[in-house]
Amino acid sequence: MRFSSAILAATALLAPGAAVAAGGDLGQTQQQATNWHAIVMFVLFVLITLGITYWAARRTRTASDFYTAGGGITGFQNGLAIAGDFMSAASFLGITALVYAMGFDGLIYSVGVVVGWPLVLFLIAEPLRNLGKYTFADVVSYRLKQTPVRTFAAISSLTVVLFYLIAQMVGAGQLIKLLFGLDYFVALLIVGGLIMAYVTFGGMVATTWVQIIKAVLLLAGATFMALAVLWQHGFDMEAVFAKAVEIKGTLAIMAPGKLISNPIDAVSLGMALMFGTAGLPHILMRFFTVPDAKEARKSVFYATGFIGYFYILTIVIGFGAVILVSTDPAYLTAANGLKGGNNMAAVWLAHAIGGDLFLGFISAVAFATILAVVSGLTLAGASAISHDLYANVIARGRNVEGSEMMVSRVASFGLGIVAILLGALFEKQNIAYLAGLTLAIAASANFPLLLLSMFWKGLTTRGAVLGGICGLGSALLLTVLGPAVWTSVLGNAAPVFPYGNPALFSMAIGFFATWLFSVTDASQRAAEDKEAFASQFVRSQTGLGAAGAQAH
Amino acid sequence: MNVQVRRVLDDPRFHELVARRNRFSWLLVGAMIAIYFGFILTIAFNPGALATPLVAGSVTTIGFPLGVGVIVSAVLLTGVYVYRANREFDALNRQILEASE
Repeated sequence: MRFSSAILAATALLAPGAAVAAGGDLGQTQQQATNWHAIVMFVLFVLITLGITYWAARRTRTASDFYTAGGGITGFQNGLAIAGDFMSAASFLGITALVYAMGFDGLIYSVGVVVGWPLVLFLIAEPLRNLGKYTFADVVSYRLKQTPVRTFAAISSLTVVLFYLIAQMVGAGQLIKLLFGLDYFVALLIVGGLIMAYVTFGGMVATTWVQIIKAVLLLAGATFMALAVLWQHGFDMEAVFAKAVEIKGTLAIMAPGKLISNPIDAVSLGMALMFGTAGLPHILMRFFTVPDAKEARKSVFYATGFIGYFYILTIVIGFGAVILVSTDPAYLTAANGLKGGNNMAAVWLAHAIGGDLFLGFISAVAFATILAVVSGLTLAGASAISHDLYANVIARGRNVEGSEMMVSRVASFGLGIVAILLGALFEKQNIAYLAGLTLAIAASANFPLLLLSMFWKGLTTRGAVLGGICGLGSALLLTVLGPAVWTSVLGNAAPVFPYGNPALFSMAIGFFATWLFSVTDASQRAAEDKEAFASQFVRSQTGLGAAGAQAH
Repeated sequence: MNVQVRRVLDDPRFHELVARRNRFSWLLVGAMIAIYFGFILTIAFNPGALATPLVAGSVTTIGFPLGVGVIVSAVLLTGVYVYRANREFDALNRQILEASE
């Protein structure tokens, strides 16, 4: 069977676009022979990034350094880092595999990955930067009662981060087994150990630079592959398509296939992709690393450009793999599938283009990509624990900067261990539903709270907490009752909730419940919440009083 | 309420900035949603339309330039916003903040 797990997921109506975009599921893979070129290049990457971590650790003295690199990252650097967060190994390999197997349908997901960014820019980025300090909970709880709102926002952030971590760690173990010929558990230990070093010692400075280096390497590798494919066909995309159609023997790869057939599923998945992006805590956190709203704005423009460019390349790479990989028996198994299991289209294309050396490069970049994405997630989770739960709920705003730093380092270390354990625990599980779920939670709980807290005076503490719980709960419940968990994981005959992604419904529930519990809130606290809106609005719109970059 | 915040709230330019920027932002949000869901709903309701050859006899279908066009439109819309915000909105914002001091 030559289809990747992404496609298997797709045919089971599992919202594979979301799976691919959020890190996805690489499925079970076969262990490969040890790949020395890849290992040498990867060790080089690790040495350089550990050097950066050492340099960063000496510059990480305050909580602001740890969480936001002191606010001293430029818009361009942050744009690259954001793009790096989105261009995960599984999305690169998964979308190229989707294009390789199904042609046009792969493009549908490339599009979905990009369209959330303009919304982040138009609605979220600038007010977020003006109001927040370290986490998106800073913004939601700005004028509301700290303890309940922060507690909910931290739980929601941690839910997203942990689900995302499971998907990344299982993907990482499978991918490394595949590319480097290492044992699954050894791969988990390497990933877990390195991210603990990066995040615990280097904080946001190290995490951002690891992400930037990896983004540049990945963009360069993908550009080289796409150029090589185009060069072989006289830089004529029509010639590439024609050759691929000739090899596949069908025009079906040039048109929408089976992935989207039901309009409600299509819209629901589209909403999760589009609005979920604006509610992912590890993405939102990046906007606090720039000095002001203007740089935040520029960083989204650069990020959108890089992400758009990268996912356009995946089309060329996928079709290139049809031409160069599917026709070469060296890459195929007896059953005409790709050697090494699923999602290897881009990796074998690298070999077809540049031999063992370029294969090693792309493999090392894929590993680096996992490290960078998991580091970002770990830092987002650690800041929810130390900044939201510890400093603002448990210590209730007493001056605890010194111990907050300590807690955040311990939390990063702990999350690294949790990540390894989750990776081990979920190795053989079907986790295809996780990525769609995380985006649905982000779209249904985090996004409504963020948007309403910034733009709607009527939001009250009660509305935010109960509305958030309804959004989070409905996204979880509808996913469990849906085809991805109820039938595929739990083995029931028919799903209770028929659609692959709950976002259309859970987002509506999240917004409606937040509105309902706010407008019916006649408490004293509600009056204070509304009273405080005017000065919050001035700050969010003008940046008056916003925390600036700190000098070093 | 802080005196500086009070001054900003009393400044008619602040309300003009908010109104202008919000109108522009929501217009662009609407444009992005229309473009993306237009593409997705075409795939859901009328996939055959995207299978039409781009020019007579070509293998390339109209769906590819349209899909790439959605991606490019996302980048262009962010560019348009940044361009106007960097010039117009930032200048007005600076005037409001200076007047409030």
